[in-house]
Amino acid sequence: MTAKTSGIKVALKSFFSQREEKPYVNPYLGGGLLGLVLFFSFFVTGNGLGASGGVNRILVFVEDLLVPDHVDRTPYLIKLAGGDLNPLESWIVPVTLGVLLGGFVSGWLNGRVKVETRKGPRVSKQTRWLFAFVGGAFMGYGARFARGCTSGQALSGGATLSAGSWGVMFAIFGGAYILAYFVRRLWT
Amino acid sequence: MTPFPLLLEAILGKYGAYLVFLVIGFAFGYVLEIAGFGNSKKLAAQFYFTEMTVLKVMFTAIVVAMVSIFGASALGLLDVNLIWVNPTYLWPGILGGVIMGIGFILGGFCPGTSLVALSTLKVDGAFYVLGVFFGIFVFGETVDLFDVFWNSSYMGRITLDQVFGIPTGWVVLGVVLMALFMFWGSEQLERIFGGMDPSSAPKLRYVGAGVLVAMAGAGLLIGQPTVADRWASLEAEKSAELAAREVQLQPGEVLHLMHDPRLKLVLLDVRQEAEYNLFHLADAEHVALEQIASIVPALQLEPSNTVFLLMSNDELAATEAWKVLVALSVPNVYILEGGINGWLEAFAGEDTRILPISEPVGEDKLRFTFEQALGAAYHCAEPDPHDYDLEYEERLKLELKRGPTGGGCG
Repeated sequence: MTAKTSGIKVALKSFFSQREEKPYVNPYLGGGLLGLVLFFSFFVTGNGLGASGGVNRILVFVEDLLVPDHVDRTPYLIKLAGGDLNPLESWIVPVTLGVLLGGFVSGWLNGRVKVETRKGPRVSKQTRWLFAFVGGAFMGYGARFARGCTSGQALSGGATLSAGSWGVMFAIFGGAYILAYFVRRLWT
Repeated sequence: MTPFPLLLEAILGKYGAYLVFLVIGFAFGYVLEIAGFGNSKKLAAQFYFTEMTVLKVMFTAIVVAMVSIFGASALGLLDVNLIWVNPTYLWPGILGGVIMGIGFILGGFCPGTSLVALSTLKVDGAFYVLGVFFGIFVFGETVDLFDVFWNSSYMGRITLDQVFGIPTGWVVLGVVLMALFMFWGSEQLERIFGGMDPSSAPKLRYVGAGVLVAMAGAGLLIGQPTVADRWASLEAEKSAELAAREVQLQPGEVLHLMHDPRLKLVLLDVRQEAEYNLFHLADAEHVALEQIASIVPALQLEPSNTVFLLMSNDELAATEAWKVLVALSVPNVYILEGGINGWLEAFAGEDTRILPISEPVGEDKLRFTFEQALGAAYHCAEPDPHDYDLEYEERLKLELKRGPTGGGCG
């Protein structure tokens, strides 16, 4: 084996081995960077950021494979995948895939990619998983109801001063704060 | 003409544009991860006042993006009329928001952050994403049960400056100051509930706050471009189009377009209301010339195959309205050549209730008298295309709409 190939091997090994977990950046710095990404998106493409829309379209794509007739009979789904429409043909789908990729790369570089469950000290893992699923279901339902989630409404609509988006944003925080006391066992 | 946003699909092709969106998504996911948004405990701590990371990150992002967007607009680099502004459905938005808040505190994520948690192999994130899929699936199956409510309280593209009736620059500055106040309050709450010491946070954040206030102040001083500013930057190019009569559609072409199912023809009549009541084209909407700018947000939401046709008695008022709409970046705006007078000359021939006035009436005045104010009930308001075989020069050229077509959360 030449010295060169073993050098590559060592480099690859160090890249794929578990890195040391680094701390998160300061929230104001993180927020500032997020703001610049959001601005760049609006500046170049005219669109903001989003997440639930991409998940929605991936779901409808699968539905269209399994039960195309049902999709063609449901008004809400027709708009996304009726007839020849491909629900994946939308800007939001590559954005959503990019989020997965970017999250992974950052997690990898900072030693935060590992199988684990983040939870409050007073609940079991299984309880945490159950509530994660239930919470996700509420979030998914609410995000479609409000025509956008925290990214598409609160963040993107907030920055463009959309009146409705500011209403959605305060409703999200309001709903969470009102319920927080009653479910404190989950987190504290 | 304002150079941004770009017409990505025309420059890069569909897949090139998707690549740009992939890069934007990548940066989005990367930044969410380094800010700690892949960690449900950090997110939930927001609601127990122990760690206010969610509020700090979100509002810093909103303020930075907002100041940059309206700053770029003030400098004439970015056309805010071409960026996607979420249309307002007030009550469905608020109810959906409350439901999302419930999901947030139960599950510890929002959709974007749960994707980041999933990509860094957090099991709770994976269960959450499954839940999001399930919730979206249930929504798609149930929305038709309450679609009346879901489509209610629609206000279109309405922004905070319109709600409060003050210039955009003041709203931007106000939001910056409100965010700074909330950051100060968050640090106090973290001190009380989380035992954190605000004085240990980097002093650089004061510099950041100063820069944001300065940028908002500068944006306020420069001001957002007015209709006149916007027209001035387009005048050379667009006046030539007017002079070459590239944007005046002849009655024969309009009659043809009225019956073209591939297009949505929106007829805007900018004459006096009394004249509109005497006679107007079928489906024409009356808009006072002074108010034409106020309907632009609604026009921007029309699909990309929409053609807007302006009309006055001759062409004078319609041309003024055309300048306003073009300055405000409405695509595919045209003028009815010869106006209503020209239309009546072409189509009112046999109707004895409509008589031409023989003496001169002055420019842009109605040259016909009507037996009754029947509006669009006269036959010539909607002539049968099979009865006429008018010669015309095809002038309509559909232009691609810049900016987002679908928009929002897809």
